[in-house]
Amino acid sequence: MPKPAILDPAGVATGRAMEHLGLKGVRSVRIGKSIEIEVDGATEQQLHEIAHDLLSNPVVEDYKLQILS
Amino acid sequence: MKAAVIQFPGSNCDTDCHAALLTFPGVEAEIVWHKESSLSGYDAIVLPGGFSYGDYLRCGSIARFSPIMAAVREAADAGVLVLGICNGFQILCEAGLLPGTLLRNNGLLFRCEHRHLRLENTETPFTSVLHKGQVLDLPIAHGEGNYFAEPATLKQIEENGQVLLRYSDGAGNVTPEANPNGSLGNIAGICSHGRNVFGLMPHPERVCDTLLGGMDGRGIFQSMIEWSQANKKNN
Amino acid sequence: MANPAITPELIAKHGLSTEEYEKVLSILGREPSFEELGVFSVMWSEHCSYKNSRPELRKFPTTGPSVLVKAGEENAGVIDIGDGWAVAFKIESHNHPSAVEPFQGAATGVGGIIRDIFTMGARPVFLMDSLRFGSIEGDSEQAKTNRRLFAGVVAGIAHYGNCIGLPTVAGEVYFDESYSGNPLVNAFCLGILRHEQIARGAAEGIGNPVFYVGAETGRDGLAGAAFASRELTEESKADRPAVQVGDPFREKLLLEACLELLATDAVAGIQDMGAAGLTCSTCETASRGGTGVEIDIQLVPQRAKGQTPYEVLLSESQERMLVIVKKGREDVVKRIFEKWDLPYAEIGKVTDDGMMRVRNGSDVVVNVPARSLADDGPLYSREAAPFTPPAPLDLSSVPQADPTTALPKLLSHPSIASKRWVWRQYDHMVRTGTAVLPGSDAAVFIVREANKILAAATDCNAIYCKLDPTVGARIAVAECARNLACSGAVPIGVTDNLNFGNPHKPENFYQLRAAVEGISEGCRAFGVPVTGGNVSLYNESPAGAIDPTPTISMVGTIADAAHITTQSFKEAGDQIYLIGETGSELGASHYLLAIHGRKEGAPPALDFEKEKAIHAALLGVIRKGIVRSAHDCSEGGLAVAIAESTFGTGFGAMIDLGVTNDRPDVVLFNETQGRIVISVKAADAATLEKELATSDVPFRKIGEVTSKAELSIKTGSNSYNWSVASLNDTFEGTIPSLMES
Repeated sequence: MPKPAILDPAGVATGRAMEHLGLKGVRSVRIGKSIEIEVDGATEQQLHEIAHDLLSNPVVEDYKLQILS
Repeated sequence: MKAAVIQFPGSNCDTDCHAALLTFPGVEAEIVWHKESSLSGYDAIVLPGGFSYGDYLRCGSIARFSPIMAAVREAADAGVLVLGICNGFQILCEAGLLPGTLLRNNGLLFRCEHRHLRLENTETPFTSVLHKGQVLDLPIAHGEGNYFAEPATLKQIEENGQVLLRYSDGAGNVTPEANPNGSLGNIAGICSHGRNVFGLMPHPERVCDTLLGGMDGRGIFQSMIEWSQANKKNN
Repeated sequence: MANPAITPELIAKHGLSTEEYEKVLSILGREPSFEELGVFSVMWSEHCSYKNSRPELRKFPTTGPSVLVKAGEENAGVIDIGDGWAVAFKIESHNHPSAVEPFQGAATGVGGIIRDIFTMGARPVFLMDSLRFGSIEGDSEQAKTNRRLFAGVVAGIAHYGNCIGLPTVAGEVYFDESYSGNPLVNAFCLGILRHEQIARGAAEGIGNPVFYVGAETGRDGLAGAAFASRELTEESKADRPAVQVGDPFREKLLLEACLELLATDAVAGIQDMGAAGLTCSTCETASRGGTGVEIDIQLVPQRAKGQTPYEVLLSESQERMLVIVKKGREDVVKRIFEKWDLPYAEIGKVTDDGMMRVRNGSDVVVNVPARSLADDGPLYSREAAPFTPPAPLDLSSVPQADPTTALPKLLSHPSIASKRWVWRQYDHMVRTGTAVLPGSDAAVFIVREANKILAAATDCNAIYCKLDPTVGARIAVAECARNLACSGAVPIGVTDNLNFGNPHKPENFYQLRAAVEGISEGCRAFGVPVTGGNVSLYNESPAGAIDPTPTISMVGTIADAAHITTQSFKEAGDQIYLIGETGSELGASHYLLAIHGRKEGAPPALDFEKEKAIHAALLGVIRKGIVRSAHDCSEGGLAVAIAESTFGTGFGAMIDLGVTNDRPDVVLFNETQGRIVISVKAADAATLEKELATSDVPFRKIGEVTSKAELSIKTGSNSYNWSVASLNDTFEGTIPSLMES
């Protein structure tokens, strides 16, 4: 997801479009990416490293890692 | 022919389309703001290229809800000519006025260059002055021009002769090398079942002047003008 | 949250020297508030005040009969182009942000320069960019970083330019070790306007309302000093300074809305919020107007919660403008900004007391004389190191490379190789005006609405500048003029982007001073004013400073579409001529760098009178309608220029350079200035020779265009041959293969 203080132009434009479509009271829309990974034998640390170094841009994005099984 | 060029917030090629249309004798063209609700009196409606709403969320996904789109739909249903160029094509797909969708170029980069296009069907108001198999030199400029439709839809479009332009080489061969973005079947432009709605990714308005890259765009507009003149006579 | 106390540490963290702080005290007659400290620190920073370079910049020639708005007066200079039309243009850098976040750094750089143009009342019509990176070859960490920076910057420029609908029509990209860690991103924009549309950034009219229009203010780009005083807790992590993100869609709306607003007569003054955001636009408009401006922070549209006045004042959120509206016409702003769905707010008024006054509701947090902030910043005359011109290259120390392999190797140097990978990502055709696409010597753009033909080029050979900054800078100007001449254009104005290292180091400051002098000489010689530009200093890392890079962008006009000339050969049988000397100067050449790994020797000599004569002669024969192609010799010399003229045509060339005592590599790859390769129909050869003979410039026939796609060059008793297809593949394939691996 874009970091909280970062401007998210796509989110802003989408929020305004939602208002024009009749949904009043939109306070914020933020748009990010969902990346689903299937991998064998990776440690949680490795996944965090990959998430930080490759999958996200740490300058402008935060990530959340969810291990499903 | 009286043409409306719709201007959405973020449209960039509206003035280009407007200027190109005015190079044809007898054509009137007006830029119409997206908040208008009527398009009565126009023989042709052009949805120009650009980045309506920044292409945010998905290309054309927000513009399809603009107030003017109700009038565009009404006009399309009534048989008025509707031409969607690049972003215009994307908006028509999002609005369901044309089947399928435009995905990100398979090379992932925005691509601006001249391409060859092969004319597949000349029995439409947009291609009548051209010859079947004719190769046109038209520029593309897009990051999301990769045409996709579900297999059943694709089959229908192909069988109904709704594919009007395919990316080809200079000799008219439709090859993978000639495909700049991964579009299924090298599809660059399709029309509706009723033939009066046409969406294409290349920019014909950019090739209406020898000084600016060629004249191969004029055929599409010329076909539209002749069709609307013929239809006026019939009315 | 209470403001921190003003301590010496806080002052230092704000980048103000003791003397500068003393000056603040004497201006205010008291201690500054925390907000005032922030405001002075940002307005008196090098970035905003040019305190280290302004004395030098005064040497530029900035006046002339066609100058409607001079350099330094407003956000961009304006030059008359006839029939009541004018152009506003400028180049600006965004180097340091691009090193941190290349995509957004480059994108916001483009956004910033576009605003500088439409704030003048001009409709932007095209962009150019000049980019420099470290080497992208090999697998070192640095090379990988450089590739990432290169890809990110190009993508960022494409994103912003394409979305806002402006074609990027020309540019340059260089790769050199000196830019590792310090990429350079210089963005140029040109706009068109009628004389009466010139808008100014002055707060005119006491009592006029001051409006803020455009995107909401967030914590974008806040200086590190802002956080010096805050404890960094987990909560405040969310408040950390944010990288500026550009929103080209918002800027497209802002551009259209502002031009619509300016077309009414409701605007008294307008200024974009760029560096130092709201602070800069407020004090500069007041200073220009000789008035004061009072604003209330609480009225500013904000996108983050709990922002302090300090943060709002120093924020560098993008896509915002300050508009001084004529009293009574506020409804016009409302109507237009609601149409375009943009935030707007009346945030203050123009006063008569010359102060920049900022309220936070009922509290006054800033009350500073506007002129002191905007114009009376400190000025420094730094020390320039003495300079010893480089010794001419000792040719005997340079082994003779075989041209058969040297030419392809030169063509595969990323600085020389095709940049199609770059400009194919830019929509270079939108606005249907681009008559000459990227890849030729200069871009040519037809402004439909004005019926005017413009040409533009951007150049700087930083190797020449490193070895002798004065000569390098002269050549940058001359090369731009030469490129314009090759497209059929006459120069009308120059904008410069001076990229240098830390000015406190005497050798760097010498480079700045010498470059300014070289540029000034060039501009005076070609009779073109400098209309404005940008200075970017401190481009250095522990490894050292960048090579001095005074980027020059030059704009020209073409009188008749029939004069538009491109660099590619047109037909087999056409005769090829060289205007200028064969040359022999190998010092500072790309041949020396790419083949022998050396950056040394004196740059080639530049003689302005000779150069001007050659350009005039070329334009003379172009106007006679007989020149089919024209391409100047630059990096890689004659062999590269001729090869480039064959690319994409299907033709080859048979060249005989005649008898010579010079080595083949010298003849083929020297970078002697003032040389242009042209081609004419065989039937026009006699006319060409007659015309050039009367113009008294050196010229000779060197060969002919062939239908066989082979390049063959004979020099002395040596003959070399290359397959054009093979050279073309090398030229076109270099950057894609480096970037797609």
